[in-house]
Amino acid sequence: MQVPILRHGDYLIASIQSALTDSDLLALRQSLVQQVGSARARAVIVDVTALDVLDSFASRTVQDLAQMIRLRGAETIVVGVQPEVAFSMAQLGVRLEGVETRLDLEEALAYLAGKRAPGKRTREG
Amino acid sequence: MEPPCGAADSPSSVGVLDNEATIEIASSGDILPARQKGRELARHVGFSSAEATLIATVISELVRNIVLYAKRGQIIVRRAESAGRPGIVVVARDDGPGIPDVRQALCVGFSTSGSLGLGLPGAKRLMDEFEIVSEVGIGTTVTVKKWTAGLTCSSGV
Repeated sequence: MQVPILRHGDYLIASIQSALTDSDLLALRQSLVQQVGSARARAVIVDVTALDVLDSFASRTVQDLAQMIRLRGAETIVVGVQPEVAFSMAQLGVRLEGVETRLDLEEALAYLAGKRAPGKRTREG
Repeated sequence: MEPPCGAADSPSSVGVLDNEATIEIASSGDILPARQKGRELARHVGFSSAEATLIATVISELVRNIVLYAKRGQIIVRRAESAGRPGIVVVARDDGPGIPDVRQALCVGFSTSGSLGLGLPGAKRLMDEFEIVSEVGIGTTVTVKKWTAGLTCSSGV
C-alpha cells in the first residue's frame, strides 16, 4: 500500500489511507526524506488518521522520520492521532518526542501559516 | 440443503471460527492481519473500541517479537470467560531461540534487537493476565488475557 504524497505550496502532505505494514511505513519514511529535497519542502505533514495502531515500531519509525526530515532542514508535523491510539501509546509507554503534533490537517496548516507570518503574531515575553 | 461435512463457515484464509482464530506468522507482513483479526474478535466479545485498540497493539508487539527473534510462529486469539465476564485470550507461540533471562526481558528498555524494549513489559501492563514460558533452544509461548468490565480503562478514555 503506497501512501500518496501531495505537494501543497512548500509543504508535503503524506496522507495515509489505511493501516500500514512495517515495510509500508519504512517506504513512506524513505520517500519523504527524499522528496523533501526534490520538492524543496519546508515542512512535512504526516496524517495518521487511518492508522489503526501506533505500536513501538511505528512510533519509533515516525520519530526517526521526523529526525531525518529535521536533518534535511524541514519540519515534521504529525496529525490525526486517534483518541484510542493516543490512549494505547501512552499506556504502552511510547513517546513521540521532538515531533510536533496537531489535531488535524487544518490545524497543522494554520500552525505553519502562523510561522510563515511572524508579524501577525504577538510574541509574549 | 445440508452443508457438506467439514465446510468452513467463512471463506477467509485465516482459519476463522466464530470464537477462535489461528494466524500463522512468517514475516512482518503478517503483523497487520494478526492484529486486525484480534481487534475484530475483541469487538465481537464486547470490548470497547479503545480496549480493542489496546489489544490490537499488544498483538502487534507480540507478533513482532516472533518475527524478530524466532522468524516464524503462531498467534491464536480466542474468546474466553472468567467469572461470567467474557474476554479474550491471545497466545503467541514460536519454536525460536527462547529467552535466556525472562525477568530481564520484562524490563522496560531491555532489548537485544535495538528496539525500544517496550513490547513484553507493555503487553504485561496492558492486559489483565500475562504468562510467559520460554526455554532456550525450544521456544517461547506468551499467553495474555483481558476481561471485559471492571477494567482500568472501562470508565472511558
